[in-house]
Amino acid sequence: MSDLHTELKKSIIEQLNLEDMEVSEIENDEHLFGDGLGLDSIDALELIVLLEKDYGIKLTDPNQGKEIFNSINTMADFIEKNRVR
Amino acid sequence: MSKVYINGVSSVSPQSEEIFENQSSKSYYQHILPALDQDYKSMIKPMMLRRMSKAVKMGLFCSKKALLEAEIEKPDAILVGTGQGCMQDTEKFMNNMLESKEGLLSPTSFIQSTHNTVGGQIALDLKCKGHNMTFTQNSVSFESALIDAMLQFQNDDINNILVGGVDETSYEFTGFQKLDGQIKTEPVNNLELLDSKTSGTIISESAAFFTLGTEKTTKSYAELKDIEIFNSIALENLEEEIEDFLNKNNTSVLDIDAVLLGKNGDVRFDHYYKELQEGIFSDKCQVGFKHLVGENNAVTSYAFWLASKILKEKKIPEIFKLNALHCKEPGKILIYNQYLGKNHGLILLHSL
Amino acid sequence: MEGVAVTGMGIISAIGRDVEEAHFSLKIGKDGISYPDILSTIHQNLPVGEIKLSNSELSEILNLPEDHAYTRAALLGVYAIRELLENSGMERFPGDTGFISGTSVGGIDKTEEHFYNYKENVADRKYIQAQHPGFTTEKIAEYFGINGMVTTISTACSSSANAIMMGAQMIESGKLKRVIVGGSDCLTKFTLNGFNSLKILSENKSRPFDNEREGLNLGEAAGYLLLEAEDQMAGENILGRVVGYGNANDAFHQTASSENGEGAFNAISRALKKAGLSASEVDYINTHGTGTRNNDLSESVALKRVFGDHIPEFSSTKGYTGHTLGAAGAIEAIFSLLSIQNGKIFPNLNFSNKMAETNLAPVTEIKSKHIETVLSNSLGFGGNCTSLIFQ
Repeated sequence: MSDLHTELKKSIIEQLNLEDMEVSEIENDEHLFGDGLGLDSIDALELIVLLEKDYGIKLTDPNQGKEIFNSINTMADFIEKNRVR
Repeated sequence: MSKVYINGVSSVSPQSEEIFENQSSKSYYQHILPALDQDYKSMIKPMMLRRMSKAVKMGLFCSKKALLEAEIEKPDAILVGTGQGCMQDTEKFMNNMLESKEGLLSPTSFIQSTHNTVGGQIALDLKCKGHNMTFTQNSVSFESALIDAMLQFQNDDINNILVGGVDETSYEFTGFQKLDGQIKTEPVNNLELLDSKTSGTIISESAAFFTLGTEKTTKSYAELKDIEIFNSIALENLEEEIEDFLNKNNTSVLDIDAVLLGKNGDVRFDHYYKELQEGIFSDKCQVGFKHLVGENNAVTSYAFWLASKILKEKKIPEIFKLNALHCKEPGKILIYNQYLGKNHGLILLHSL
Repeated sequence: MEGVAVTGMGIISAIGRDVEEAHFSLKIGKDGISYPDILSTIHQNLPVGEIKLSNSELSEILNLPEDHAYTRAALLGVYAIRELLENSGMERFPGDTGFISGTSVGGIDKTEEHFYNYKENVADRKYIQAQHPGFTTEKIAEYFGINGMVTTISTACSSSANAIMMGAQMIESGKLKRVIVGGSDCLTKFTLNGFNSLKILSENKSRPFDNEREGLNLGEAAGYLLLEAEDQMAGENILGRVVGYGNANDAFHQTASSENGEGAFNAISRALKKAGLSASEVDYINTHGTGTRNNDLSESVALKRVFGDHIPEFSSTKGYTGHTLGAAGAIEAIFSLLSIQNGKIFPNLNFSNKMAETNLAPVTEIKSKHIETVLSNSLGFGGNCTSLIFQ
């Protein structure tokens, strides 16, 4: 597991108030929304803010989020390719 | 219109609900009293709970308990009174916005800052698609919700209504109330609040919710007769307004057994209560509650909880009494409250 | 009692400072959308429906003392109710007049202005209580000497529609003979940044019901109606009647509307039932139509569910005023009454292409038509949906 994966899990737990959750409980390929972690559309907006704040990535089309936020793996891939910080 | 009964009650406040049975009060030496923590997880799913501010948690928790007691799964309407709304989230968004000078902001606290967050979250949790209203009129917010309840019961399709009052505190916003004289400056113990000779009071957070219904059940507490609110009343007209209100309900001062008064130890405005204590209600059993649970915009919902318990259990615990007069079997109770001399509310309840 | 009559109205918004000016703008298709001048914000690229009068200009017009503590929403509210009082023909409001006002953020303009000053500056502390919506309502009541039943409804974007509904019920139940209902909301940094964080503000003029719509513009306004029991009127003229109303909760999501428009469907159905009307008797619909992807689709689906293939002519007037949040239901009630009085449907601005999903087209040119019955929708955060019917 890369540092980016762990870092992402930490910030998701913090940003989305998943108080009772540990980094080790989130699988890299687990769905973040729906039947996986169970995040919802308000969380999606928070994740868009997280991308911009921590990695300087601005999503222009909110619909892009659906694929990017599929799992920790897809998020990490997208960040690696597009990050400006 | 058919009669309206209180069929389920629940309260969260700086005092435990058991105070009515065992009179074990909590004593505080602070100006801002938090509501006692509850086992929120027992009633609310963790994924829902994680974003909830105290007001939403307290409101939803009390709602579910009040509905459980009345054995109502889904009410026909949800009515909430909250004078200050979801202040914790408002403060969070405000702080972030001002500190970042309108920079990149996360939306969750904004979404939850709207005053109808509590009512909306209860509806979402119960999947209740009925009439849903939120009133925010200072100290008559809960009374306004009760007025709406009576209006909705005129509709034949409406048989059960969830109604409640809730207010939370937040660090900065509640702190500001120290600056404009709403909160006392000298140290005070809540149990001695009503003897205070200074201005200001102590502020608290609380919630109380009720299942009202048109059917009397074996669990019914009392009957809700009527409510009236006034933006302002001159002190010299107070007794007359109260007598008018009672007359409209085919009753009079003579018939009232006990009065619940919103005395809060603020020497600038407690004379409204004193006027009644020494006037038309001098020979009635007088009851207070803010020395136990403090002051907030929705605290009359606590008084409503207390009145419901008194009428069902047919006793008034000593700890709430303001005078030594006894009243054997309380049958008719009037609640009177105001804050800073404005937003006066009257609520009339009868025993069953 | 015969019914709930509207016997006075007053409005101030980005398209005019009274009913006549608003009517004129609506007729000629002139919007009030501009960039913010009065509101101090870094978001100069976001169009708003701003009233070009500063607080001090408003205070002067209203003859308020210099040290007053009125919020901007209170100033706008007083301004509108002065007009209402004038056209009701009364000199002052009788002592038994009630007041029910809707607002979403009340006086939070004062909190954001003075947040860092309260600790140092004693003079600013008069605004500490102003944050809470009831304060703004009390200030308006104080101006007109209204001492009886005064309350505030805060259910986000449906606040003032709900105030109208409650007022009508108070009159029908005989609890009040007369009540001022409506709402007031001003532009604030708090709401502008809040809606911006939700990514639903457009950088262009909003385009309700258009396939390429990209969000809403915020606005500010105050609008109030005087409702009276028709058999006990003190006002001189009947401008219209409130005949139906319904509120329902979508119970779907904190901010988004459901895909099947359940809340709006229930609200409209309840309003029709209350009015004793069939869907085919509605002549025109003043929609909520904010211009966001989500609202306009959900509302369109609800219209299809209620009216089937025979949807009455409809338009959103938010292209003129912006979305005035808690005041929207009240100002659109006034626009609805103007439609009835003048036999005109005011056009939906900035529309070019139908939504692919629903294929519905609003009225885009001013249209003359005999109008008896108007439905007005207000849909808010927390799933709060309200429909009103005027005749």
